Amino acid sequence: MIAAHLPALQVVIPLLAAPLCAILRRGTIAWVIAVVANWLAFAVSIGLLFRVLDEGVISYAMGGWAPPIGIEYRVDLINVFVLLVVSGVGAVIIPFARAGTAARFDSTNQAWFYTMYLLALTGLLGVTITGDAFNIFVFLEVSSLASYVMIAMGRDKRSLTAAYQYLIMGTVGATFIVIGVGLLWAMTGTLNLYDLAQRIPDIENTRPVLAALAFLTVGISLKLALFPLHLWLPNAYAYAPAVASAFLAGTATKVGIYLLLRFFFTVFGGEGFFLSTPLPEVFLVLSVVAIFAASTVAVFQNNLKRMFAYSSVAQIGFITLGISYATETGLTAALVHLMNHAIMKAGIFMLLGCVIYRLASMRIDDLAGIGRKMPFTTAGIVILGLGLLGVPGTSGFISKWWLVLAALENGQWWLVALIVIASLITMVYVGRFVEAAYFREPSEKAMNVREAPLAMLIPSYVLVAATIYLGFDTTWSVGLALDAAASLLSAAY
Amino acid sequence: MMRDTIILRVVAKLLLPAILIFAFYVQFHGDYGPGGGFQAGVAAAGAIILYGMIFGIPAAKHVIPTTVVEIMVPLGVLIFAGTGVVSMMLGENYLNYSPLRAAPGDGQHMGILIVEAGVFITVASTMLAIFYGFGGLADEADAEAAEAAEDGEK
Repeated sequence: MIAAHLPALQVVIPLLAAPLCAILRRGTIAWVIAVVANWLAFAVSIGLLFRVLDEGVISYAMGGWAPPIGIEYRVDLINVFVLLVVSGVGAVIIPFARAGTAARFDSTNQAWFYTMYLLALTGLLGVTITGDAFNIFVFLEVSSLASYVMIAMGRDKRSLTAAYQYLIMGTVGATFIVIGVGLLWAMTGTLNLYDLAQRIPDIENTRPVLAALAFLTVGISLKLALFPLHLWLPNAYAYAPAVASAFLAGTATKVGIYLLLRFFFTVFGGEGFFLSTPLPEVFLVLSVVAIFAASTVAVFQNNLKRMFAYSSVAQIGFITLGISYATETGLTAALVHLMNHAIMKAGIFMLLGCVIYRLASMRIDDLAGIGRKMPFTTAGIVILGLGLLGVPGTSGFISKWWLVLAALENGQWWLVALIVIASLITMVYVGRFVEAAYFREPSEKAMNVREAPLAMLIPSYVLVAATIYLGFDTTWSVGLALDAAASLLSAAY
Repeated sequence: MMRDTIILRVVAKLLLPAILIFAFYVQFHGDYGPGGGFQAGVAAAGAIILYGMIFGIPAAKHVIPTTVVEIMVPLGVLIFAGTGVVSMMLGENYLNYSPLRAAPGDGQHMGILIVEAGVFITVASTMLAIFYGFGGLADEADAEAAEAAEDGEK
């Protein structure tokens, strides 16, 4: 019986847990609720994965109203892949959240923080699982509003301006998405994604549909921080609480990528239409610029969280580069990197959270000599940094490998060279951290710190372990991504 | 605060019951005509806000204290989402109200009433929370100004 309701439960569990936290208003209880809800959500994702592998696409009619009239939850390989990433990354982060939040907020505010976290999770899972274009917008707003609050709860006063900046940019993005959805609705008379996919091919070259595509592309690109629409991201990630940075870096932008894939390939009908528009070239250029510009800016950052935030913009460039090929290899690279980068970046921000917990600073000079004082934390950041670089033996290598394969398939040798050069820039900024952490005398601040508590280290190391594991065993990550890419290209939904 | 303006005070007192009744009319008539929990919630909160503007925020907080407001906000969401869970437990899809009563039509009526009650509670209390939040800022500014004035007199 439960199996039949899994698609609804995926969203309902965190949705119910969020107001519960807000009513009970006790930090510890709220945390327990959040952990249980997040783990259940992860279990539901796994259950959905097995159901999808077993029986193909799952359709769930909300409220018993048959689609396309009612809201449909539609689960296929592509969104179950993203659901797994989102709920999985959350499931690792939430046990980690306890120590840092308890040290900073009083009991009531802790409960509010977990409420916001759960709402953000609800929104992101909802965006991913729903098969209704307007529902996507609603859930996107749920997750965005909750993330603005989480970001504003950072310890630095600048977190308020960062949250405000994100609010303005995010609202502009959401408005664009709504305009796009509205145009599609005006042209087809339906909001159901599956129904849209059936109707759009007949009218895909009419101007409103093309305008809708443009609005959706810009709006979603704002949400996923594609260069040059990334300006909200560095401050938001840098000044948010560590838990929020880790969670948003691991999930929010990834859900944006999913939306791009869903609209480009499923709704607008496979690779043919995508390739007939100027989008592949646009994305190719923007991705390459994102990779180089953001990596270069990252090198010159003195705040480590900002450094890795810029690195996120660059890594998103790698993902969109994969999308721009619209080949099976390219999309596989994009999906694999979506998963791998979510794991690596969430891990890095969690370990940086460990550093802040002990050191209360992110300035690279204050971190000098931290390698001797917090050996495990530092080693973890280095391993994940190597993953970002794409060193063999980490999951980052797998993503880069598929990306290079995709470039070669298209005969773009120069792009392979660019990818390698970009990795070298990554090495420079990761190297700056390594140099400060291991080869400098401990700074005054770093003299007095101890290793982070195990309650924070263990969850972080789960992600470190996952990064290494996915570098060797790719049956799940690449295997699933390959199937998902194939179904994207054939517009099977 | 306009405590001294007798016309406003009398008119507000006359209007308040009418506004509240109208809010509940919109709430329960939502089944048959335009209306529903959202509009009703805004109207009901409007009554309290009018009361607060005429008689002062402390008076409004006496009627509906901040703690109650803070519980009402999540409570409404919980009622809405919980109704869906009940229908799921009764063997239908999430938010399908039919199994709530023996006749499916009755079930739908009952479900929508409960859900709209949840919407009403959350919308009304959110309006109040925003009003109290900003009104609190004004109170603080008033207190500071009064203090400054007293200091000046000395």
